[in-house]
Amino acid sequence: MDVKREDLLQLYYYLKLTRRLEDRVTSLYHQGKILGGAWTSNGTEAVSVGYGYALERNDIAAPYFRDMGVFLIRGISAKRIMAQYFGKRTGVTGGKEGNVHIGDLNFGVIGFPSHLADNYPVGTGAALAFKIRGEKRIAVACTGDGGTSRGDFHEGMNFAAVRKLPMVFICNNNQYAYSTPLRLQMNIKDIAERALAYGMPSKIVDGNNVVEVYKAAKEAYEIARNGGGPTFIECKTMRMHGHSEHDSAKYVPRELLDEWKKKDPILNMEKYLLENNISQKAELESIDSRVKKEIEEAEAFAEQSPYPEPEDGLKGLYATPIAEE
Amino acid sequence: MREITYLEAIKEALDEEMKRDPGVFILGEDVGVYGGAFRVTEGFYEKYGEWRILDTPLSESGFTGAAIGAALVGMRPVVEMQFADFISCAFDQLVNVAAKNHYRWGAATPIVVRAPYGGNIHGGAFHSQCIEGFFFNVAGLKIVAPSTAYDAKGLLKAAIRDNDPVIYCEHKYLYRRIKDSIPEEDYVVPIGKAKIALEGKDVSIITYGAMVHTAFEAAQALKEKGISCEIIDLRTILPLDKKSIFTTVKKTNKVVVLHEQTKTGGVGAEVSSLITEYCFDYLDGPIIRIAAQDTPVPYSAQLEEAFIPQTKDVISAVEKLIRY
Repeated sequence: MDVKREDLLQLYYYLKLTRRLEDRVTSLYHQGKILGGAWTSNGTEAVSVGYGYALERNDIAAPYFRDMGVFLIRGISAKRIMAQYFGKRTGVTGGKEGNVHIGDLNFGVIGFPSHLADNYPVGTGAALAFKIRGEKRIAVACTGDGGTSRGDFHEGMNFAAVRKLPMVFICNNNQYAYSTPLRLQMNIKDIAERALAYGMPSKIVDGNNVVEVYKAAKEAYEIARNGGGPTFIECKTMRMHGHSEHDSAKYVPRELLDEWKKKDPILNMEKYLLENNISQKAELESIDSRVKKEIEEAEAFAEQSPYPEPEDGLKGLYATPIAEE
Repeated sequence: MREITYLEAIKEALDEEMKRDPGVFILGEDVGVYGGAFRVTEGFYEKYGEWRILDTPLSESGFTGAAIGAALVGMRPVVEMQFADFISCAFDQLVNVAAKNHYRWGAATPIVVRAPYGGNIHGGAFHSQCIEGFFFNVAGLKIVAPSTAYDAKGLLKAAIRDNDPVIYCEHKYLYRRIKDSIPEEDYVVPIGKAKIALEGKDVSIITYGAMVHTAFEAAQALKEKGISCEIIDLRTILPLDKKSIFTTVKKTNKVVVLHEQTKTGGVGAEVSSLITEYCFDYLDGPIIRIAAQDTPVPYSAQLEEAFIPQTKDVISAVEKLIRY
């Protein structure tokens, strides 16, 4: 599969946008401007950018919390995302939710529940709807390595496989479920082995190579779209920050981080673009300046936006409120 | 008008809604080829085919999650829990996903979860539970529990057309034991509205589900003793119809709250708290709760009878209350 130059540059742009946005969120969190917590995808950005960019406009994504690239690619603006972090009324959820708990069906994004792998069956349900209605759309769901031990991971995978649904499952295998390493999570070498139990084809990709993730996702989406059923894609990567930004991740061996630092997904992509003469340093720098400006504008927008009023918290419980007589 | 059973009323509601709206489909264990453990969906597979009545793997969380996902993209799924007891396996999807979608991020989740619940069928601890209490504390859900065939049909139609997740508690004991005259034409029973099942003036019995019939038996016996009972059938458990509750309290000034669910932290506790909080000055005596004993549902007929509130329990509570 050949990837067009403009798509490669877009992939680079979204990698940068994701990294810079989350880096800024991390700083703002440490400054006390963002309350609660800050979870980032640092080091694993190629996963969400790769599988997010491979989607078609009408497809549905059911992401998890290290999927910032998906939110941005689907069209949820950095402004609305930053305002979400600030708990502002202009945020994606108007202050009802925080940080990465983002969902907006106008952009085909199903909200993320903290209970990991919950979106495996939920995404599967969207795929089921497409199958029932005979639409040529697919759904994709993502979880981390930790989430693959939960029942919902297995129940979603099994159902999608039994019914051959237009569904793709992504796993961001970043080696640690909070502080728990893979060896204490599962007694298998590759998470992809789990797909075998459901009669589902799987693929293992370098999760730090955005082009590889993109290609694998694109291929799986086309199989799903054409009635070939679900695929499981394990993206092997490494979480370079703590579970969230309060966590120094001292439990991760230094050498492991050093080793993965060399495989940084953004450096990887820069190297690929430059060595293959697809782009030049000046062009990449101009993309980066565009990203920086976008983040600055997003932050200013978030800072200046109003907070919700206390009474807003009573609104929106039901989609069909109980009618008063 | 024609007479049909409670079970037939549920079946008719499903059939008519599936005919009316191609977005309505059913999923659950053994609902398709077999027609459901209680035969509610018998004949649907032949009529609607395997993609509108889906036999699922044994995985309540998985297929409830799938229903949620389908609902988010425009479908109106009806999930059948084979027995309400198994809904515990789908607790997370209902409580953390379905109930919170609209509040958290503005997405409507129009799913109905049919929950065949309740005892008196000698099913033991895992086939007899009242599950409404598990979800009563969850903002964002709606819970209904019809006591008649008429309401069973009308509330199920309303639930399917509603844009929120609705847990539809259908009492297994009533399936083939009660009948109603049902109109030929389409109708719904609005969610959130209780009804006066029996008008009276001396004591109010606030109840729902199969216990409405127990209340009627008690009211009949009490009438012969010259005591007039008003029976309020809540019909919707969440959110409660406070207005109807307060109206009857202000009328009779004496209240019995009756349910088959266990007592501690149950619906009755909330109903009586609401009354003391907002209608204290109207009360002539204590609010008496009659509920199942605080144990799992026992199997032996003798033990189960002692577990579930009986007509005599209601009669003696009313007689005690009437002395105030």
